[in-house]
Amino acid sequence: MDILNALVLLANFVLVPAISYGSQLALGALGITMIYAILRFSHFAHGDVMAFGTGAVILTTWGLQGAGVSLGPLPTALLALPVGIAASAAVLLVADRSVYRFYRRVKAKPIVIVMASLGVMFVVNGLVRFIIGPNDQNFADGARFLFTVREFRDFTGLAEGMGLRVSQVITVVVTGIVVAVLFWFLNRTRTGKSMRAFSDNEDLALLSGINPERVVFVTWIIVAALITIAGTLYGLDKSFKAFTYFQLLLPMFAAAILGGMGNPLGAVAGAFVIAFSEVGVTYAYRKFLEYLLPDGMAPSGLVQLLSTDYKFAVSFVLLVIVLLVRPTGLFRGQTL
Amino acid sequence: MNARSVSMFAIMGALLVLVGFLQSPSVAMGMLNMCLISAIMALGVNIQWGYAGLFSVGTMGFAALGGLAVVLTSMPPVHDAWAAGGLGVAAALAIALAAIIAIVQIWKRMAPGLPRKALLAVIAVGGFFAYRAVLDPAVDAIEGTNTAVAGYLGGAGLPVLFSWVVAMLIAAGVAWVIGKISLGLRSDYLAIATLGIAEVIIAVLKNEDWLSRGVRNVNGLPRPVPYEVNLQTNPDFLAWADWLGLSAVEASSLFVKASYALIFIVVLAAIMWLSERAWNSPWGRMMRAIRDNETSAKAMGKNVKARHLQVFVFGSAVCGLAGAMLVTLDGLMTPGSYQPLRFTFLIWVMVIVGGSGNNWGAVLGGFLIWFLWVQVEPMGLWLIGMVTSTMAETSPLRAHLIDSAAHMRLITMGIILLLVLRFAPKGLIPEK
Repeated sequence: MDILNALVLLANFVLVPAISYGSQLALGALGITMIYAILRFSHFAHGDVMAFGTGAVILTTWGLQGAGVSLGPLPTALLALPVGIAASAAVLLVADRSVYRFYRRVKAKPIVIVMASLGVMFVVNGLVRFIIGPNDQNFADGARFLFTVREFRDFTGLAEGMGLRVSQVITVVVTGIVVAVLFWFLNRTRTGKSMRAFSDNEDLALLSGINPERVVFVTWIIVAALITIAGTLYGLDKSFKAFTYFQLLLPMFAAAILGGMGNPLGAVAGAFVIAFSEVGVTYAYRKFLEYLLPDGMAPSGLVQLLSTDYKFAVSFVLLVIVLLVRPTGLFRGQTL
Repeated sequence: MNARSVSMFAIMGALLVLVGFLQSPSVAMGMLNMCLISAIMALGVNIQWGYAGLFSVGTMGFAALGGLAVVLTSMPPVHDAWAAGGLGVAAALAIALAAIIAIVQIWKRMAPGLPRKALLAVIAVGGFFAYRAVLDPAVDAIEGTNTAVAGYLGGAGLPVLFSWVVAMLIAAGVAWVIGKISLGLRSDYLAIATLGIAEVIIAVLKNEDWLSRGVRNVNGLPRPVPYEVNLQTNPDFLAWADWLGLSAVEASSLFVKASYALIFIVVLAAIMWLSERAWNSPWGRMMRAIRDNETSAKAMGKNVKARHLQVFVFGSAVCGLAGAMLVTLDGLMTPGSYQPLRFTFLIWVMVIVGGSGNNWGAVLGGFLIWFLWVQVEPMGLWLIGMVTSTMAETSPLRAHLIDSAAHMRLITMGIILLLVLRFAPKGLIPEK
């Protein structure tokens, strides 16, 4: 029995990765839930716009690196974030003006707007592949580790170690700041309050003189910021590939529905539930159990519940359970 | 069909004939086969969207299930693998099934509360571990036998055309489960659930080597038509080719493709006939009533959720059939080749462009969009070639643009979808 080593092991392979992955998902799911609350449709182009914003960040980062700009231990990509946000905001606003606004005006069924967002998805997906290509891109620089597994082991004298990558720390810190600012914005500022009013009851909001186009405009800007940051953090943590970002659509939607569509707090909670389940279910627990169980009782297999290839199945199963048991989500959804 | 739609089909046919002259008859025949399969897939999506307004984005998954059905039905069984682990896999699947049945029954019969939750959790977790405990050794045994050429259970060794029926049944079964879960809720939940199941099905096909050989692919699937090699040694066929003035290789390739086309046309005609019958029947009118005004249909006593489930299952079965036909045509099952943009969203473009709610429209859309999908790439290359012709040969931008020209077709398809949805939402052949 060696509880301490077991815990360190678990922290290194499950806790830390799940927290950073959960933070990235949370930002993406917040975007989905915001669009749902204000514009009332499921935005299928989400993953691809995320890839577009991240692609802009990557190109700017390369430019900055080429010019010799650097943030020292921090990744240069953080400096490039505003450019990426501007790029994805431009894409979303152009899409809104040229596509979504028309359906809003004619009060089309939500499902028709969802379909239009498929068209936008195609175009943006093509643009991303056209500009940056379908392959893996690595753009992380700066220090890789805050402390490595070896340093941790030497410092504590334990048999197991735990590493903490800079990208993981940045992910959690940035997500914390972004979520705090977003909630402050929604609850304290005039514009944020008008957005909540609009989401809660469109007719009453219009009656009280809220400009719907302004609310929509602000929503797209916020969404652009959220997904570009999410995509950049994900890319720094893992790597950038257009198709992976498209695939993130499922866990992001699952997180938003799990938390209750349209509920920002729920989206954050849902994202962490998804992330912890995904990482927890696909981790091989053999070594962990070896530390906890008495000698001779150690398991023979890997004790891996599902292979990592099935990580999307985890989001799917959670989604199915929510739809069956509590379709409104953990927190009741619908309004901001 | 009125004169307008007949002329559009005529134009489409002329385009294919043109390809036959400009490129080669063989290319045109190959394209025709893919157009026919696309048309059937589009009919499947049209049954869901056009008849009932259901938005499913899981076409890829159902098509892949169809492909799996071909492997499971038509490949000869691998006896060594069955002896090594067949029993284990069967037992594991039986355990999984028993656990699921138990969960459903407990969910239905016990009063809600803590005891029910606890019991459900125990059965779910216990069932999962029992399933894995039985399955894992069996899978290792199967994948260990003769890995280079087999390493999977093989199929039932039945005629390949029969597998198309099996494909419909498997796709229908999975669609029933998904529909049961996600229908009756908000309309976009079905979209998200089907998006998920499609990813899961592809993941299963890629990773469960004992079932489908995973990414090592299954080659040499049986064909419903003769092999080119056999034709080329058949004196009767050679005499016939000679009479037509074609070389043996060319004639045999054409003959095989034409035979496929004939089978596909028969299937398409059958599905078309059934769809049209359904559309004009009281059942079809009821579906449209539900689609156009769910509330009033409910007030008339129609069971909306049951009808949606029905139509979702029908449509998915047709998609499964098309997937099986595609794998049969290719003669190989490659789980790695299933891409959502190609297998789900492209089919949606076909339905929307062709005319949702009109079976003839879906067929035309299937033909036209597949034609464009194939032809836009060379056109894009040509366009990029023109644009970049003034740049220096060594310019990196030029190289990048030429490399990326292949992605032009995604942009083109997206723009076509958006334009049609906005300016001609009824499509080329509108609903009557």
